[in-house]
Amino acid sequence: MAFFEGNKMTGGYGNGPDIIHSCSVTVDRGEIVSILGPNGAGKSTAMKAMLGLLNLKSGTVTIDGKDISNLSPQDRVKQGISFVPQTKNVFAGMTVEENLEMGAFLFDKDLKKLIDDIFDLFPILKEKRNQLVGELSGGQRQQVALGRALMIKPSVLMLDEPTAGVSPIVMDELFDHIIKVKKTNVAILMVEQNAKQALNISDRGYVLVTGENRYSGTGKELLNDSRVRSSFLGG
Amino acid sequence: MDFINAIILLLNYIFIPALTYGSQLALGAIFVTLIYGILRFANFATGDMMSFGTMAAILFTWYFQSLGVSLGVLPTALIAIPFAIIFMIFYMLLIDKFVFKYYRNQKSPPVQLAMVSIGVMFVTQAVVRIIIGPSDRRFFDGEKFIIKAGEFKEITGLNEGLAIKSTQILTILVTLILVSTLFWFLNKTKTGKSMKAYSDNEDLALLSGIDPKKIVMITWIIAGILATIGGTLYGLDKSFKPFTYFNNMLPIFAAAIVGGIGNPFGAFLGGYVIAFSEIFLTYAYKKFFMYVLPESMEPDGLVQLLSTDYKFAVSFSILVIVLLYRPSGIFKGKVL
Repeated sequence: MAFFEGNKMTGGYGNGPDIIHSCSVTVDRGEIVSILGPNGAGKSTAMKAMLGLLNLKSGTVTIDGKDISNLSPQDRVKQGISFVPQTKNVFAGMTVEENLEMGAFLFDKDLKKLIDDIFDLFPILKEKRNQLVGELSGGQRQQVALGRALMIKPSVLMLDEPTAGVSPIVMDELFDHIIKVKKTNVAILMVEQNAKQALNISDRGYVLVTGENRYSGTGKELLNDSRVRSSFLGG
Repeated sequence: MDFINAIILLLNYIFIPALTYGSQLALGAIFVTLIYGILRFANFATGDMMSFGTMAAILFTWYFQSLGVSLGVLPTALIAIPFAIIFMIFYMLLIDKFVFKYYRNQKSPPVQLAMVSIGVMFVTQAVVRIIIGPSDRRFFDGEKFIIKAGEFKEITGLNEGLAIKSTQILTILVTLILVSTLFWFLNKTKTGKSMKAYSDNEDLALLSGIDPKKIVMITWIIAGILATIGGTLYGLDKSFKPFTYFNNMLPIFAAAIVGGIGNPFGAFLGGYVIAFSEIFLTYAYKKFFMYVLPESMEPDGLVQLLSTDYKFAVSFSILVIVLLYRPSGIFKGKVL
């Protein structure tokens, strides 16, 4: 049994039609798992289901063997699950340091130490600690978003398209940061459009099509699978 | 000597009154901006909520006066304010629970909430008129002047007197204390920062575990404090009349928008921008020119740019000019 599991999840937004059908995703600590697939495959939806942003009609979500299917997103944060949305993932009108503080809002731990840990991971943020996040570059902003999510010392980190809209150089840099986070024994689950690059750093991957698991395997296997290559990786 | 007289004249008729009026507007404008930034709608009931708070302060003042309680040289209303604030907050939370909460949970668009606030405005207006009546009331007691014009003339030997009313100093002092406490709260405390965060990015605030119910309640509490103190200071300085408070909403909104709506520091300065421009443009400068110009060049008319009847037009002209040249307000907007 994996550390963080979504089992046979079925559901959609509000009263709308089901978007994911019996979809299963598992992640272990110290592992990067990517969810890939064509547009509209329900990649983000599967991730949001695991975060508690939509009601499941059937299926379960467990962390460390504990069933959390009925917890609200806020309560899941308390269980150590952190999420970085694709857009609007920082408090643009607040300083870098305030963003980090807000990340640890639920916890009355020693903020200074937590913030210093983030600064060790992302040195650039230390320099810019008193700058408004809205004034930072795209790559630096993503680092703030990652840093904010890491403030609760999560056991699971979920990233919704972390590299959307950044240049290739910044993308490589961000992936390096994600690998650094993985090494701190965090389970990382991400949805990615840049499938090749994502699979390169992933331990495992899932390919979803119309809300169902189609292919899964290690990053290498998927990269070398001719069916996956022809349909999603452009040959 | 004439030059000093001219300066005293401006101090007496423009500078001090504008500073006082500006402080009163500033408190109202911060109220508007807070509600806009956090609850995300333009609250048209602002003026009448201030009038409700003032009404409560007057009722408590009368009660204390009937008990024979007084603060000596200071107005009795100062003791009444804390009680009035509690009353006001209670009223606001009640309105929120029965009116605004429904639309908030429905995720209604801001325009709809603004319309709802107009309904709240009418109801509040009616409640105030039923309880205390529509007439003009003065509830100031204690020492009226800190310096009287006559005394000032005697001491300095100038022609022009400088009168400083105790309510003017009181207004400015209380505003400074209140506003600095508020900014300290918003920028330094964890709760204040979480309010900023909620205003900045609601979804992410929820993901960070910030409780929206608590934020909404604290917002109404702060709003209640601002409305009651702002309204009572205005009533002490001038007089209390429900209709005037309703009218004051116009310059208050102008101040909030000029400062960049959603930005409390902008709203604070916006209050003074509006107050100074209103008074600068509607003051009759005849006497001033009599002091500074030689006798042969004395003006014939009042040298008044606009009649005081047009003072609201001034607020709106500033509003239009600011929105044309700096559409997001003088300061960067949307940052609580």
